[in-house]
Amino acid sequence: MDFELDAEQIALRDAVRGLLTKGSAPESRSEVASTEPGWDTGLWKQLAEMGVLGLPFAESDGGMGAGPIEVMIVAQELGRALAPVPFIAAVAVAGQLIAHAGSTEQRADILGRLSEGTAVPVFAHVEPRSRWSGEAYSVLAEQDDDGWRISGTKEPVPYGAAADILVVSARVGAATRLFLVDPEQRGVQRTGYRNHDSTRSARVAFSAAVATPLGGVDAAAIADVSVRAQAALCAEALGAMERAVDMSVDYLKTRKQFGVPLAAFQALTHRAADMYVSLELARSMALYASMALAEGPADPVIAARAKLQIGRSARHIGQEAIQLHGGIGMTAEYAVGHYASRLVAIEHSFGDTRHQLGVLAATLTDHDVVDVLH
Amino acid sequence: MKLQLSSDDAAFQQRMRTFFTTEVPQEIRDLIAAGRHLSRDQSVATQRLLNAHDLAVPHWPAEWGGQDWSPLQRHIWQQEMQLADVPPPLAFNINMVGPVIAQFGSQQQQERFLPPTANLDIWWCQGFSEPDAGSDLASLRTTAIRDGEDYVVTGQKTWTTLAQHADWIFVLVRTDPDAPKKQQGISFLLIDMATPGVSVWPIELIDGGHEVNEVFFDQVRVPAANLVGQENRGWDYAKFLLGNERVGVAPTGQTKALLARAKSYAADSLADGTTLLDDQLVATRIAALENDLLALELTQLRVVANSEEGKPHPASSVMKLRGTELQQEVTELVVDLAGPQSVASFAGDDSELPEWVKVATPAYLNYRKASIYGGSNEVQRTIIATSILGL
Repeated sequence: MDFELDAEQIALRDAVRGLLTKGSAPESRSEVASTEPGWDTGLWKQLAEMGVLGLPFAESDGGMGAGPIEVMIVAQELGRALAPVPFIAAVAVAGQLIAHAGSTEQRADILGRLSEGTAVPVFAHVEPRSRWSGEAYSVLAEQDDDGWRISGTKEPVPYGAAADILVVSARVGAATRLFLVDPEQRGVQRTGYRNHDSTRSARVAFSAAVATPLGGVDAAAIADVSVRAQAALCAEALGAMERAVDMSVDYLKTRKQFGVPLAAFQALTHRAADMYVSLELARSMALYASMALAEGPADPVIAARAKLQIGRSARHIGQEAIQLHGGIGMTAEYAVGHYASRLVAIEHSFGDTRHQLGVLAATLTDHDVVDVLH
Repeated sequence: MKLQLSSDDAAFQQRMRTFFTTEVPQEIRDLIAAGRHLSRDQSVATQRLLNAHDLAVPHWPAEWGGQDWSPLQRHIWQQEMQLADVPPPLAFNINMVGPVIAQFGSQQQQERFLPPTANLDIWWCQGFSEPDAGSDLASLRTTAIRDGEDYVVTGQKTWTTLAQHADWIFVLVRTDPDAPKKQQGISFLLIDMATPGVSVWPIELIDGGHEVNEVFFDQVRVPAANLVGQENRGWDYAKFLLGNERVGVAPTGQTKALLARAKSYAADSLADGTTLLDDQLVATRIAALENDLLALELTQLRVVANSEEGKPHPASSVMKLRGTELQQEVTELVVDLAGPQSVASFAGDDSELPEWVKVATPAYLNYRKASIYGGSNEVQRTIIATSILGL
């Protein structure tokens, strides 16, 4: 049992951190998010050059052949810096869907371009009036003599207006299947907008859009990749929480009121101590999620465990970080509120706290105690 | 990074599990599982059994019975013991005074005290708190005045756990009332409870039990040879002891075992044919607690896997704070599961209520202590704020 990164992993962390320190400040996120594509294209290119965008993909598919720990390291650093890039959406989610479900040709074509930074795929899955699940409901796929066509609306689709390739979940009879859709066609209408967390999303309406099945008929990839996406989101949230706690602690040390630093008030320092406890619990669970993935099959219960803790810690830390900063924490020009905003968004991606609790409650009688030492 | 146990550690875990579940008498484990207290004789017999198998003091130096185990193996030892409902060796002996004597005591003290301390031939109690020195421990006023080859000790200690069973007491006493800082005038003394002038008075607690006491010292003559380490350095030894205590007070295994039992109580059929576990509010509450415990256990494992030998990890305050919160939340859950029956704590043998229902509320009330002792949770927050966050 070992919770430490190895030398190569530390080098990856330092390299990504070094790149992001030179890059844009968290506050400039809003500017990046105000227009398409909604991400920092220069930074995206640099990440591609570092090999970061191909990390989890097989070398034969044009990737780096690394694993969940490396994805975790990158996501955590991106979270710390609030870096305006679609790493989770394109690499951790859409890329891994293609890697797990795609045919040899689809993998080599798209993952190669994704790794090089020349194509961004995203997953068009969530539909209006739905709660989180792995199913498609109102977006339907039908087959005719010419092939498959998709109709219906997906929203919000992360970076959906600028993405080069859409991986779309659609209903075929009673089943949900995955399709690749080229967004540059008449049957696809896209309207992009900025989100509260300075990412971008889009409404994507399909009307008999031409679609290609992603690999075979196996849609188990959605469940598998959801687990991977949750682990990556937990890591991103961990990075964001680290910075939110650091900023709050620094603020208590430097901000003076009533002639003394805020750190002189126990009402505030004890709240900071509780934030630290929340952070360390979140760290343990984020590490657990990725370590479990690195050593075994994707387990939705482990993902739910991690995401539940991260959701709770994120809410606690995000809210307290603003409160400890007082009025300045409310302003758009100060970074701490952006962290809180991103944490709320992460909590509601790939299953919120209520959803994860439901998953765990349903498996309650499968075990006497939760066993981690084995 | 590696989550799975190495094959050596997995074999070690299996060895511990087998021992605790087959060698420790079932009647003892049943009492612990039922939330009942052991008699003095039962506690002594169990610790002697563990000690006979080199399982009582694995964290002590090797010459005094310690084992060449990694911190992770010690953790596994503790977890397996707790999960098997085996009563742990007496904390005052093995986590508190034993390590202090082993680290700071004279050769003569080590030879005299450590073997019987490991074997529970001597039952120790802790004389730290006083009526006016609780969380502010350094304000203690019990004095020890040097008189020839003796110290003469006068004063009062309180909250002394199981002093009614104890043979000896380790106490913090003030030896220099004029020291510039109150922490500097304190010494660490070992006192035989049978010495004339020592008297013990019970304090009844809100759970109806007799767990703690007041201990009075009236001109008690203590041989100077019973001073541990140097005079006026007792605060350093106390801090060393409390650092160990905080790690020990996050009994995640014990809380897990109680939560598993709570889940089985919730699965019992009610008179109306349903179970409490059918209630989503109950099920999600248990699921959330299981997850909270997992997060804490993983944090504990991070501390264990990366702790430097002999140095308390700064995150031990997190363990104390969160460990006691969860201990309390699980005892709270059990009372709530008992519902209207939870009032019947002292129902007799002809009662139709299950045993767990009777102990539910006393256990809940008893464990309110957990966030108060070992440095209250507010003290832990201050430690986190100052020594970890630098506030």
